[in-house]
Amino acid sequence: MLVEHAKLMTLLKDAGEIVGRKKLQKIVYISKKLDLPFQEKYNFHMFGPYSEELTLRMEELCDLGFVSEIKEQKAGYYQYRYCLTEDGQAFLSKYPSALAKKEQLIQLLNEESSKFLELVSTILYFDELSVEEVTEKVHTLKKKQNYSEEDIQAAYQFIQKVQHLH
Amino acid sequence: MSNGNRQLKEEKVFKDPVHRYIHVRDELIWDLIGTKEVQRLRRIRQLGTTFLTFHGAEHTRFNHSLGVYEIMRRIIDVFADRPHWNDRDRLLCLAAAVLHDVGHGPFSHSFEKVFGSDHEEWTRQIVLGDTEVNEVLRRMGDHFPQEVSDVIEKTHSNKLVVSMISSQIDADRMDYLQRDAFYTGVSYGHFDMERILRVMRPTEDQAVIKYTGMHAIEDYIMSRYQMYWQVYFHPVTRSAEVILSKVLRRVQHLYESNYQFKLYPSHFTGFFDGSISLEQYLKVDESVVMFYFQMWQDEEDPILQDLCQRFMNRRLFKYVEFDQHFIMNQWNDLQELFRQADIDPDYYLVIDFSSDLPYDFYRPGEEEERVPIHLLRPDGKLRELSRESELVEAISGKKRTDQKVYFPQDLLETPGHEQEKQRIKEILLG
Repeated sequence: MLVEHAKLMTLLKDAGEIVGRKKLQKIVYISKKLDLPFQEKYNFHMFGPYSEELTLRMEELCDLGFVSEIKEQKAGYYQYRYCLTEDGQAFLSKYPSALAKKEQLIQLLNEESSKFLELVSTILYFDELSVEEVTEKVHTLKKKQNYSEEDIQAAYQFIQKVQHLH
Repeated sequence: MSNGNRQLKEEKVFKDPVHRYIHVRDELIWDLIGTKEVQRLRRIRQLGTTFLTFHGAEHTRFNHSLGVYEIMRRIIDVFADRPHWNDRDRLLCLAAAVLHDVGHGPFSHSFEKVFGSDHEEWTRQIVLGDTEVNEVLRRMGDHFPQEVSDVIEKTHSNKLVVSMISSQIDADRMDYLQRDAFYTGVSYGHFDMERILRVMRPTEDQAVIKYTGMHAIEDYIMSRYQMYWQVYFHPVTRSAEVILSKVLRRVQHLYESNYQFKLYPSHFTGFFDGSISLEQYLKVDESVVMFYFQMWQDEEDPILQDLCQRFMNRRLFKYVEFDQHFIMNQWNDLQELFRQADIDPDYYLVIDFSSDLPYDFYRPGEEEERVPIHLLRPDGKLRELSRESELVEAISGKKRTDQKVYFPQDLLETPGHEQEKQRIKEILLG
């Protein structure tokens, strides 16, 4: 029952709360790249891998009352907070998700900033390229984010860490 | 980049019902259109199963690809000699426009959902692999196919070029909205494209719209919104797609169970085990799929036979909306009742969500999710569209999702298991 929706609910349960749509997008993408069985289709957008399907699925979960979304006004943009509702918890009790619990991984991802996760997911998107090629891609595609060599190195270390954890 | 392109001796012109004429002056573009991979798109409908709802919607991805090319050509004419536009990118943009959908397969949306195939990956393989398309592109230099692929995949370093083919107001969307409206016959989907093109301006990162063009853009956003609900999201089309997906799942199940087919699914086996090669993929178009469906109406397996008959003869499933109460309190009972009534719920009781669709309508780029449409104010500053337009703001906040459960109402009226069927009808139809 609602297999793909249930996986997202499990992720939210593990995370507790996720602040920011971009962060949610990148957490699911990185998890997917670590072979967690998310099915949302991603394309590369101006700010890294993005899934319209995920955005819509979250809207559906909110419409059904399983996830709560709180909209907050920030300077020049809106920010959204997501967490599982009591009805969402009840759903998961009734229809357990196929997604194994990955609490530690999800929390580790959730502790990072969305800017850093954007870098990590961009690196993973180009995982067939060499480190030098990826670095060049990051510098040309993410010029405005101004990622330093140290940031890129930290992202690679982070990927190793989460892969090991996984 | 070497110059592997020549101007044709005479301009070639395609008559087109949407743009009136499509003009081709470059030999490279003319030869790309003539490749077998692009010609194959003539046998793949642009709107999948929509022809079962709107009988005019028989137009193909070939028509659309030429339309996108024509719009791109016109945008480039507007951009010529303006700051941020480099005419060396002209052929890159035009080639990407022709090829942006070349990897689509038959009923691609259903095939991708069921078999996990990815038309973007096939596009990459067609552009970069051993194909006629690649051979034509390489005339521009060995690196040119990769550049075209990067533009289509949105990973090219030139963000302006990427935005012209893929953004919230791009050549792709401007063509399909108008073309889909024309062929479905609906009165939505029309907007003043000539005006939009005249007020489009190149910037370093994206194509933007002069502030004076805001009302033309409002019209475009409105048409996108209406097409979403009236055409792309049509529940009858979704019903046909539900049945199509179930046919594919049934065939795969039977293949894996060593069922003895009267017509063996040779063209599908590569999809089943994920071993399909590019050569095999290019051989599967909608003519092939429809042939199998036609023949499988006479298979021994009752489910495959019935689903194919439904698809070919438009005996579609009915639908009702559902809510949280249905999921929490009725779903399990309903599945059990279907089993008791001898109707396999795996094939005849289907939940369908709007997130399963490849279309959307405009939303501002909250938290940098996606690049929004920007208006260029007289003082040179950029403003996101919905911050300036109340109409767009109203639409972009609208609910975009719904969820339906599909089922064959006719089977609930047949003799046998009357009690169970009555109970099913009470749950579904109230």
